[in-house]
Formats: sequence, C-alpha cells, structure tokens
Amino acid sequence: MKKKNIIAVATAALIAFSASQGFAQEAAEAAAPAPASDTSVFVFNTLLFLVSGMVVMFMAAGFCMLEAGLVRSKNAATICLKNIALYSVAGLMVYLIGYQLIYGVTEGGVIAPFQLIWRGDESESIGNGYSAHSDWYFQMVFVATAASIVSGTLAERIKLFPFLIFVALLTGFIYPIQAGWVWGGGWLDARFDDFAGSTLVHSTGGWAALAGALVLGPRTGKYVGAKVTPIPGSNLPLATLGTFILWLGWFGFNGGSQLALGTISDATDVSKIFVNTNMAACGGVVTALILTQILYKKVDLTIVLNGAIGGLVAITAEPLQPAIWQAILIGAVGGVIVSVAVPVLDKFKIDDVVGAIPAHLFCGIWGTLIVPLSNDGVNFFGQLTGVIAIGVFVFVISLICWLALKFTLGIRASDEDERLGLDKAELGLEAYPEFSKG
Amino acid sequence: MKYIIAVVKPHRLEEIRTALTSIGVDGMTVSEVKGFGRQKGHSEVYRGAEYRVDFVPKVKLEIAVEASQAPKVIETIRDAAKTDRIGDGKIFVLNLEEAVRVRTGESGAAAL
Repeated sequence: MKKKNIIAVATAALIAFSASQGFAQEAAEAAAPAPASDTSVFVFNTLLFLVSGMVVMFMAAGFCMLEAGLVRSKNAATICLKNIALYSVAGLMVYLIGYQLIYGVTEGGVIAPFQLIWRGDESESIGNGYSAHSDWYFQMVFVATAASIVSGTLAERIKLFPFLIFVALLTGFIYPIQAGWVWGGGWLDARFDDFAGSTLVHSTGGWAALAGALVLGPRTGKYVGAKVTPIPGSNLPLATLGTFILWLGWFGFNGGSQLALGTISDATDVSKIFVNTNMAACGGVVTALILTQILYKKVDLTIVLNGAIGGLVAITAEPLQPAIWQAILIGAVGGVIVSVAVPVLDKFKIDDVVGAIPAHLFCGIWGTLIVPLSNDGVNFFGQLTGVIAIGVFVFVISLICWLALKFTLGIRASDEDERLGLDKAELGLEAYPEFSKG
Repeated sequence: MKYIIAVVKPHRLEEIRTALTSIGVDGMTVSEVKGFGRQKGHSEVYRGAEYRVDFVPKVKLEIAVEASQAPKVIETIRDAAKTDRIGDGKIFVLNLEEAVRVRTGESGAAAL
C-alpha cells in the first residue's frame, strides 16, 4: 500500500517533469539523474517543512503524554491543560513578535528591530525555494517544543496562569532573540553551529526550566532533611507512549532542519539524518538500560525513557555529519548523562518531575560541544562560546522573569491545593475519576 | 459457623479460588487491600532514590463456612497461598453468630 503510493507519487512527478523537459531530452540523459525543476524543488522543500512541522507539532502530544504519565494522577489533567495551552500561546506569540525577532536580526546583530505581527509575505518565496508559510509553521512548532520542556520540570506545583505568562515571554522573546543570534544570522552565526537546536531549542528550554525549578522550589514532601522521597508517576504506559511520539517527532525535528528536499543530495542528507537520529536514540536507551541495572539493581523504565530523549537531544546539534557508529556513541553518552544526572539533581534538591533538565539541558550541551568530532568546519571554542552565551542569556532572563512573577502574582500553588492535587484545585475535576487514589 | 478472613498475596487469588471451589466452598468476598506485617513493607528504587513501600498490596478473602468445614478450608487456603517467602499473609478465624440469605430469608447454615 505504502510502496504503491510512493511509486504513484514518483510516477506523477516523473510525468510532470518529463512533460516540462521534453521526452527527447529525457531519453538522452537516461543514465544520469535529471536536474530538478524549480517547481519540483519548491514543492519538495515546502513539503519537507509541512510534513516535518506536522510531526514536530505532534511532539507536543508526546511531551503531554510523557508528563501526564510521570505526574501523580491528581495532577494529570492539569498537566494536559498546560501542554495544550502552552502550544497555543507559543503559536500566538510567534505570530505576534517571535518570528520577526528570529529572522529580522541584521547580519551579525544582537536583536531585531521591534515589529509586531508576522505579515505572511509570500512575494520572495519563489526565490527562497519554499513557501514562507511553510517555514513559519516549521519554526513555530520548534518554539513550542522549548516551552513544552519547561512544563514537565515544574509540574504538580506551579499555578496555571503565571506559568502561561512565562511561556508567553519565553516563546515571544527569550527563545526568538537567542535563535536570531544563530539561525537568524546574528552575531553567533559565524562561530557557532547548531543544526537542529540542541542548544537553541533544548538547552534553552532546559535553562528556562532550571531557573523555574530554583525559584519555584521542590514539590512538598520530595525532600525531607537530607532524604529524597521519590514520587512515582501514575501511568508509565502513557509516559512510554509519549516518549515514542517524541522519538517519531524527532525525525521531523532533525530531518526537517535540512530545510530542503528538492535535490538528490538533500534527499540523501535527510535520509542520513533519519538514520543517525534513530540510532542515537537507540544508543541512549540501551545505555540507560544497562546503567540503571548496574547502579540500582533494577532497570528503571522512567530513566530509560529519559535515555531515549537524551540520545535524541545529543544528536540534534549535528545529525548529518557523524558516521552511524558515532551517532550511536553520541546518543549513548546522552544515556549516561541522564542516568547519572537524575540523582545528582536530587542531591541539590532541584525537583525536576520528568527529568527534562538532564535530558534537554545537559544532553543539549553535550551534543553541541561534540559537533567538532564529526564536522571539521566547526570549532570547539566557538561551540563553547555559543553554549555559554545562550546559557547565560536564557538562564538570567528566565530567572528575572520567574522572580518577577513570584513577587507579583505568585507562582506556587498553595500548600493545600498541592496536597489536594491541582486537578481538583485548579480545574475542579479528576483525570481518572473512576480509579482509587494510590 | 466460622468466618474466615485470609489476607494473601494478590497473585495467589486464582489458585485459592480454584482450590476452595473444588472442596465445595460456595462463595467468598474478595477485596483489594494494603497493609504491613513484621517486615514493615519493603524498599524500592525510583529514579535513583530509594523509598519505602510502607503498605504492601494484598487481597483479603472473607469466607463463611460451617464449623465442621473450617479446618479443611483453612488448610486449603494455606496450601494454595503459600510461596514460602516473606509476605505470604495471614488467616484469621472468627465465630460467626448468624447468616441470612437476603432473597429468601433463610438463616443459619442454610444461608451459606
């Protein structure tokens, strides 16, 4: 069925192409592949943005399920609401100001001139080789991903509206400004390389989450004295489904970041990216599996799930250049990082409900710094500059935003609401009303 | 009449039911419960941190039988519930004063 469709699409493309080029020419060049027409390049580039954007959009569902599975049942509905709300706030903010801040920056510049509302101008699309709307959509879903990272860390104790205000600041300003430094052609672009956003997307989300976790404090009862009290998640099948969805979405995240599918070399590169992305996740999972068995005498499913994410985040900075074995190793180190870092955060009493800080922040830094291993054109100190510059910017601004929210609206749910569960306190309902409370 | 309460490991329930049915026990009430005994629960590791499981899940069976049948029932439950490991559970036996079948109004042993 699938194969038939591909053949049908290929045949249709071939017929359309032959018609434009003439059959005689086609016969003469039968041995070498025919050059792509501007139209087919445009269509395939745009298609890459649209299809990739769709699966990256679905990563919002992945984050939502992962988080809903790793919180207690009394907070599951609230985390679902936060996830669909943050995705929507991100969309509105990228439309209002975010996209212009990413791409309005002058070459080598620091910040784009303030321009409200994305105009949706398609007049330069033919020259660019893709529809402007497809690019906007692809960038928007990336911004939402960074915001999703924050919600998992701060789950079970943060109030809904202050959280959404932070999401608006993150997706409208913090993320776009630093993304403009690199992807928008700003001051970091010449010295720093981040293919699909290990630093720009994942570490950015991670830094914002870390700042939030520090200001917000741990869940009540998590740390008593020097003792850590684990708070097991309520639905591990859901968390696993979420991880699989994220893994699927990552093919769009990294593959789509090739930004082009109109030529044979682009199609080959996108395919290489798919394989490397996949293998890095495999490396992360198997490493976390073995390591948790050795460290804790039992395999910890939730850390294995983090291992998949850690591997994926690690390969995101350079999913094209590594050989497959290198991709596996880069992902495997991601698996080590999450397995080791999760208990370390607990030592510092930083309560990260889903393990987003190890997986997205730490593995994002690792993935960005290891790019020179497989890409000769990239300099380690340039990578370090980017990691530090973006880290300091995102962390400090996030910290200021969180503190400002804390001392105005307040960000923490009351002790009573937290004990009751945010589902009842904020939504007046329960995620699983038919089940007894564990 | 005797009222037998057995608190056992949940995964032994099917075995116990089958064994009891085969010796002529006609009914029982089962509930999922949690509790602890001499071991005071046990510990597990979640995301790298050890924690105590203070209340271990168990199944509680309640069975009303004629006094003469009780020793056989207790023996059967014990055989079917036993795994020879910590946490196999306990059986309690109470004197039962009266039993009434709601539909017919029968009482005593006839109601069992």
